[in-house]
Amino acid sequence: MSGGLPKHADLQTPLKRVRGWGSARSGTHHFTVQRITAVALVPLVIWIVWLALTLMHSDYTHARAALHHPVNALLMILFIGAVFWHAQLGVQVVIEDYVHTRWLEMTSQILIKFLCVIGAAAAIFAVVRIALT
Amino acid sequence: MSPHLGIYRWQLTMTLSILHRATGVALSAGTILLCALLISLATGPDSFAAVRGFCASPFGIVVMIGWTWSLFFHLCNGIRHLLWDIGWGFEIPRAYATGWTVVTLSILLTIATWACVFTGGAA
Repeated sequence: MSGGLPKHADLQTPLKRVRGWGSARSGTHHFTVQRITAVALVPLVIWIVWLALTLMHSDYTHARAALHHPVNALLMILFIGAVFWHAQLGVQVVIEDYVHTRWLEMTSQILIKFLCVIGAAAAIFAVVRIALT
Repeated sequence: MSPHLGIYRWQLTMTLSILHRATGVALSAGTILLCALLISLATGPDSFAAVRGFCASPFGIVVMIGWTWSLFFHLCNGIRHLLWDIGWGFEIPRAYATGWTVVTLSILLTIATWACVFTGGAA
């Protein structure tokens, strides 16, 4: 090595270098929430498969009556919340890994967040309507 | 994407890793059906019948069988991931054993679920 300054000798301050890369102490937040929602979804998925099987051959009135029951309505709302949260976190990582065009990545990330919030809100609103009428 | 993917010999573990992502994306898309079912149930018998009609169509059944397997695979492999997160099962023989368990269990659960559907059981 010859003397002098290294190739990317920094005239930038350390602060300038880390800015925009996320806050310290929040790096594991995504990881943690993905695991927490995963743990929540284990019993909820088993419940929803059981519910779907019991309602598979029932008519509209029966299906509606089942979701009118407070326990089922509550579990369904919890399932919707956990599933859309978990889906958003998962799809976010897939987009981060495979979409390398910056504007496209940003747009997809925001779009996925919007879709998950719309889906969750619409589904929860439907359950509330069924539960309260 | 891992580097040098082209020179890897096929391995169960990497296949399951790819499938975990693929089924996750498929299940995310599947939430559309969940929303459609709930909204139609809140709306009225006619819209509910329309969504049900789609589910009972040959195309709908094929899609739903695919989603059922995706759900069970993602559930079983997700539990495998959670066990890794607490530090269990990293040894190579164990990673393979749990991997084959996930494959077998997800297929058996899918068959059992659809056996219930087609025989009208569990109702």
